[in-house]
Amino acid sequence: MSKEMNKVDLLHKNYLQSLKVEKRWVRLYQAIIFLLFFSSWEVSSQKQWIDPLIFSSPTKIWNLFLNKLQDGSLITNLSVTLTETVLGFILGTLLGTILAAILWWSPMISKILDPYLVILNAMPKVALGPILIVALSPGYPSIIAMGAIISIIITTIVVYTSFKEVDPNYLKVLQTFGATRFQCFKEAIMPASFPTIISTLKVNVGLSWVGVIVGEFLVSSKGLGYMIIYGFQVFNFTLVFLSLLVIAVFATIMYQLVELLEKKLIKE
Amino acid sequence: MSFLHVQGIHHTYFSKASATTALSDISLTVEEGEFVSILGPSGCGKTTLLSIISSLIKPSEGTVLLENKPISTSKNEIGYMLQQDYLFPWKTIEENILLGLKLSKQINDKTKSNALGLLKQIGLTGVEKQLPKQLSGGMRQRVALVRTLATEPKLLMLDEPFSSLDYQTKLKLEDLVSQILAEFGKTAILVTHDIGEAIAMSDRVFLFSSHPGRLHKTFHMPAELRRLTPFETRNHELFPSIFQMIWKELESLEQGNE
Repeated sequence: MSKEMNKVDLLHKNYLQSLKVEKRWVRLYQAIIFLLFFSSWEVSSQKQWIDPLIFSSPTKIWNLFLNKLQDGSLITNLSVTLTETVLGFILGTLLGTILAAILWWSPMISKILDPYLVILNAMPKVALGPILIVALSPGYPSIIAMGAIISIIITTIVVYTSFKEVDPNYLKVLQTFGATRFQCFKEAIMPASFPTIISTLKVNVGLSWVGVIVGEFLVSSKGLGYMIIYGFQVFNFTLVFLSLLVIAVFATIMYQLVELLEKKLIKE
Repeated sequence: MSFLHVQGIHHTYFSKASATTALSDISLTVEEGEFVSILGPSGCGKTTLLSIISSLIKPSEGTVLLENKPISTSKNEIGYMLQQDYLFPWKTIEENILLGLKLSKQINDKTKSNALGLLKQIGLTGVEKQLPKQLSGGMRQRVALVRTLATEPKLLMLDEPFSSLDYQTKLKLEDLVSQILAEFGKTAILVTHDIGEAIAMSDRVFLFSSHPGRLHKTFHMPAELRRLTPFETRNHELFPSIFQMIWKELESLEQGNE
């Protein structure tokens, strides 16, 4: 008996070991791609295989990064953009979910609003930028509104669909206990839709970055979007690439935070 | 006057294309502590009738009286058990069985310990903090029974509660449910399409015909069978003859329909 147990233990250990080895290989290849990309970029720029004026080079970007870090302008611009994106993201998701709840609450309202939702969803939201800027004055409010408006309607549609798809038998169970409509929402509809809400959060992270960066293009006074448009205008593409890389890093961090939230909320 | 009085129920479902009469002129009574079954082919409006009795649906015509009063869901007079357990997967077993009490704000130390005691009585210990998916199908259906009984309903509706279980689990649960209900003196209505199950568990069997659902015939189970557990009933010498009798009625119904 104990011999057999040992054998199973051993096999299990081998299995775990093989998993570890596989993970190491994946990490190794990921590192190789990373290094290969940046080193070939650097070399081809130095050797003038690509136009260094347009494509810049990793070392130039790095130097500019240190430079901008020291004079504080990067931090200022980054914090502006981050604040706008986070607020736009939260606002968009929250308002979208609240709107979805209202639609679920009243089938009548949902029927009335249906064609308007379709139109608003089909419309390219960034085209509203100029109107928002004029209406809300150029600055934080209009850019945050851009970050939010780009995700509200799609959040509403996706979350409302998931509200409607909750198995009606769960509601039947609650109704036999005399539950009110609010209790049904709180006990069944909302928790059953958490996975959908989380996945819209993930989409919205990307969307609100789009909204905010476009907003900053248009307002053009501060933020990473402003750095990109400014670099473009003075033909300083090192600045453009620096902004892009910073955006990539922080968008990824936001995405990871949402995944962390997902693990906390969904206990499965 | 009977415990439950169902009088002249008609019910019609409307859709754009058609109006379907699900139930036509259903009148029946159930005495306190009695176990009755509604047996019938699919499309005989069994589930509709349960929904009407538990006042989830308002019938097109007719009345339902429990102890001479109309039924209201908010007073937890009715317990309803569905085909599948429908335990909430994100709630622990404890949260699941206390759900009814929580919704009707009856939750206190006494009702809570009652519900947890019920869980023990039904043979589930140490599962309170587990999630439903950690339990087997039979265990989950038992938890669903505890959830239904926790609010101490006067009348229990069982809507094919055993149909999604494997045969062995089903036989065991039949015995358990029948024993628990007898202990608490609960009145119950079972909906099923399984003739054996109807005979084994009930005091009376209402046979329904379909399209539209009508009460076709009522069978009274003999006293000696009613004393036995469902499993013993299935092995009793009277069982096959009653089975045959109901089987023939069902057959004649089908022929009548064709």
